[in-house]
Amino acid sequence: MKQSIQMQGNLQLELGHFKLDTGPFDFPLQGITVLFGRSGSGKSTLLRAIAGLDKRTNGALQVGGAVWQVGKSHVKTASRDIGFVFQDAALFPHMTVRENLLYGLKRLPKSVTPMDFDSLVDKVGIRDKLDRAVTYLSGGERQRVAIARALLMRPKLLCMDEPLSALDWQAKAEMLTLLENLIADYGIPVLYITHVPAEVERLADRVVFMSKGRIESVESLQEALNRVDSPLFDEQGAVSVIQAKMLSPEHGLTPVQLGQDTLWLSGPALSDKSAVRVRVLAKDVSLALSDPQALSIINHLEVTIVELIPQGSHRLLVRLRLRDGQNLFCEVTQHSADRLALKPGLVVFALIKSVAVTN
Amino acid sequence: MLELFGTEVNLAPIWLTLEVATMTTLILLVVGTPLAWWMAQMRSSNKVLLEALVALPLVLPPTVLGFYLLIVFNPTGPVTEFLRWFGFEGQLTFSKTGLVIGSVFYSLPFAVQPLMHAFEAIPHRLLDAAATLRASFLDRFRTIVLPLSRRGILIAATLTFAHTVGEFGVVLMVGGNIPGETRMVSIDIFDHVESMEYTQAHLLSGMMLVFSLAVLMLVYGMNRRFGVKVG
Repeated sequence: MKQSIQMQGNLQLELGHFKLDTGPFDFPLQGITVLFGRSGSGKSTLLRAIAGLDKRTNGALQVGGAVWQVGKSHVKTASRDIGFVFQDAALFPHMTVRENLLYGLKRLPKSVTPMDFDSLVDKVGIRDKLDRAVTYLSGGERQRVAIARALLMRPKLLCMDEPLSALDWQAKAEMLTLLENLIADYGIPVLYITHVPAEVERLADRVVFMSKGRIESVESLQEALNRVDSPLFDEQGAVSVIQAKMLSPEHGLTPVQLGQDTLWLSGPALSDKSAVRVRVLAKDVSLALSDPQALSIINHLEVTIVELIPQGSHRLLVRLRLRDGQNLFCEVTQHSADRLALKPGLVVFALIKSVAVTN
Repeated sequence: MLELFGTEVNLAPIWLTLEVATMTTLILLVVGTPLAWWMAQMRSSNKVLLEALVALPLVLPPTVLGFYLLIVFNPTGPVTEFLRWFGFEGQLTFSKTGLVIGSVFYSLPFAVQPLMHAFEAIPHRLLDAAATLRASFLDRFRTIVLPLSRRGILIAATLTFAHTVGEFGVVLMVGGNIPGETRMVSIDIFDHVESMEYTQAHLLSGMMLVFSLAVLMLVYGMNRRFGVKVG
């Protein structure tokens, strides 16, 4: 179902003191590709250049075999077959929700079959808002309209510039679920900007790291998270994201399965999907040489130590391999490592204090 | 001629004034809109010079502007010669055409400034969004910029019209005071006062007062009813 197109190029754009100079890039667009970097790293500028929204763009860009930019000459935004969702939705304030949705449809060439209006409107949950003025919508509702407006055009690529940043946490959680469902249903490749690691861990298939106007690297989510110095790690330290299968709840807990192991999540299932990503902070993982039975922590996993990475100030990051091959980070003190004689190849038990489904 | 309260009033200056003001307003809306858009989009430091140039008629004594226009409109000068190439006959000075051109310059800031401010207030993302929804530039201008600038356009039209109706200095310098041809109502009133015909001056002034008030009320009433509901 997921469509894949290749994006390659090398783009430059100078805006006053800021200079975007990506360097050559070439990566597939499939599922969600996140543009990640600090504010001021050039994520938005790059996305605007890709969408053709800035005439000063220079360089080369080719998407899915179509040339969009050669030097200064470029294909107009209107002919690029993209959908764009802006940070603040950018709905037209002088139109109703329905008029906003129809704006693009009216301009769609006959050769493109639009998405089914009714089913999309139902899917994003704005059926009862269709004849409202957009000024009376909440932040979450605005973004839903913006997403529907872009998707109706059946774009080949959907660009989203921090679409959740203006929302409260509850609207954010709902939108994340909606986004995942839409992408699963329609399979349109997405370029998604965020500076929030949790959103990357939840959504990304691939991460484009940006810094000072350059594309530093393009990595799969797992590659990005397996790096000890991953830019995705914030003040909470290293994070592991584990792919798991959700099982039906027992004893008020939700079990998720990874290979032959089971992790228990507290509380009821938050997602109706079977495949989930769970997030474990390295500092929430402890190690034991034998499997301790008499312990309030219920998540014990047999793991193999892969490497020990000194972190300074007498702390170590331990890379562990789960029995199904996935990566798990654990943070211990140098003292504990010495006491337990931790070394690569040793089979130990990881005790996980807290696990969360990413959202 | 109209007889009002037993006094004969010559309506020709009033009609001429309304005609010149209407034409000036239409021309300025057509010419001022692209100029204002261009200025609103400008990022370079040239914008300062352009803004100053547009605002010049606000501070320049009307007689100074009128004087320069008179020089430029010289019947044997380059501007008139240039217009003759396009079949223009007659002259620019002391004619209705000259009056309209002079008024266009004189009222330029009253059209361009409100338009420019209206354009500047439109978030650029809306135009970007429209572009991603396959709208061309003119399409975006027509469907996003103009509807969202309704208030600014209305204000520009009203101010331009009212300002042209009330002008005196430029009109006198460029148009002269030829009865039935270039005598506008403000000059007519001045003439009546000069020759102590206070009754005529009263009637004309009163008519202008009522007319101006009526136009403004109509415009603000429309503004209120069709006002764009934005933030």
